Amino acid sequence: MAMNPRITGSDLCVSADGTRVLRGVDVALHGGEVLGLIGANGAGKTTLLRALLRLVPLDAGTVRLNGCDITAAAPHQVAAEVAYLPQDRTVFWPLRVDRLVALGRMPHSGRRWFVGGESPEDRAAVERALARCDAAYLRHRAADTLSGGERARVLLARALAAETPALLADEPAAGLDPYHQLAVMAMFREAAAEGTGVALVSHDLALAARFCDRIVLMHDGGVLADGPPAEVLTDANLARAYGIRVRRDADGIPVPRERVGAPA
Amino acid sequence: MTARGEVQPAAVARRSWLLPGLVAATAIAVLVGLAIGSAAIDPLRAWAALLADPAESRVAMVVQEIRLPRVLMGLLVGASLGLSGAALQGLLRNPLADPGVIGVSASAGLGAVVAIYYGLAAVARIMVPLCAMGGAAVATLLLYAQARRNPSILTLILVGVAINSLAGALTSLAMNLAPDPYSLQEIVMWLLGSLANRSFTEVQLALPFMALGWLCLLATGRSLTALTLGEEAGQTLGVNLARTRLLVIVGAALSVGAAVAVTGTVGFVGLVVPHMLRGAVGADPGRLLLPSAVGGALLVTLADTLIRAVPSDQELKLGVVTALIGGPFFIYLVTRMRPAWR
Repeated sequence: MAMNPRITGSDLCVSADGTRVLRGVDVALHGGEVLGLIGANGAGKTTLLRALLRLVPLDAGTVRLNGCDITAAAPHQVAAEVAYLPQDRTVFWPLRVDRLVALGRMPHSGRRWFVGGESPEDRAAVERALARCDAAYLRHRAADTLSGGERARVLLARALAAETPALLADEPAAGLDPYHQLAVMAMFREAAAEGTGVALVSHDLALAARFCDRIVLMHDGGVLADGPPAEVLTDANLARAYGIRVRRDADGIPVPRERVGAPA
Repeated sequence: MTARGEVQPAAVARRSWLLPGLVAATAIAVLVGLAIGSAAIDPLRAWAALLADPAESRVAMVVQEIRLPRVLMGLLVGASLGLSGAALQGLLRNPLADPGVIGVSASAGLGAVVAIYYGLAAVARIMVPLCAMGGAAVATLLLYAQARRNPSILTLILVGVAINSLAGALTSLAMNLAPDPYSLQEIVMWLLGSLANRSFTEVQLALPFMALGWLCLLATGRSLTALTLGEEAGQTLGVNLARTRLLVIVGAALSVGAAVAVTGTVGFVGLVVPHMLRGAVGADPGRLLLPSAVGGALLVTLADTLIRAVPSDQELKLGVVTALIGGPFFIYLVTRMRPAWR
């Protein structure tokens, strides 16, 4: 992991309605790694992803994409480098699933005015993404007929279809059944093995511990710990960030057991 | 086996015929529209009269100088309303955004009435469309500001209703203070919305603004499709959100403003047409734009032809007819809305 990071955020500060939500966060995402962003509700995980994508104005700090200041890049240039799966899974029009996933190819289709017929590469990428998310059988369904978990997988396929060097996913496993939670995490590992840098927000400590190379534990708008899962997910850190005590399973994976007071 | 919600292959095949089909139907409607009118003229003679010299034949004069501009104006106004409705629905991401329902047309009407009432129209005729477009732009901006703060359909419609009432009240005020009954009647008849007695002068006045508006709106197709995933996901797909908003607001203001300036308020076209065509384009808001323009042109041409075909002493006003059809349709649409739009 000595190579240059895909995305770096330095000293990121963000406010919302006069309250600081990020207080000088430093974070880096490298190619080929799965990075887990964890922390209590309101710790700033989603805001951090949004700040890295410049979806929120920064009070201070810089974001670098492949070493270049992101503010210098046009929206479509950023889109070709980083894909984003937002937490909000609303699909506003009942598009057919394959058309929905094909939206992920938009950054690669130049700056055409209309979404024209997709190229063979686009169609191949859409099929790969659908297959990876176990959603190929949903291909011809209309988006408004999908269940919550099916829609989550289809939207993840949409983000994957871009086949960008970096992927930022906000709670990609939320709302999925255990089988598909494991499948999605394994799929991220596969993508990382191919060189993609994956950053994901998760509330599932066990999934994060098992599948992430590195974990950034966020607390109150800052980074409490950043490192390999075993170093970050200590009893002391978890008590401080979440206000919980855990027990460990045979592999040392933390399992929430009881509350020890509100998150500090 | 067909799962629930699966799109049939036949429906996919039909899509490629949608636009040519609409264009062909519109061409037929235009020919029918040219053949029907208060003067009883044989259809074949009416069509032949298109190529004749109006100075020599009365029929040629009727067809070329009365019916042709009226039919052309119907096409332009219908295309403007259909396209604006489809684009506004795409930007605001809900299917109830019609320039008439959310107060854009009423505000354009107010602008035009102000221009007429204060004599700006007498100074320069171009002031009427300019003021109408200004009114439409103010309403669209207000709506957009509201939709940004709170994207719920309910507040959007409520703000639209408020804009509608306010523009209506100010228009009534202008009528209330109208200097003489004659100008009052002029305003009222004009507000009802009609294509009667429109000449090429009006076509020339409105067309440049409408065409510019159409270009703005059509340029947003890809971005509107990406906004299906919401504004944040759309931005991360490379959509320039500020540019898209600006194009839709300016485009809708230009084309609706120009349409209202020459025909008065014709409501519900922008609501009904995109809804009828949405299924045929797989709900894709970008692909809906062009068919909605052609569909709007077709619908207004048909409605206006119907009006002229009904024998009556006092010709029905186009705006009245579209409202009579569109009002119940709007209620039907509200009752069938998907949860995501509420």
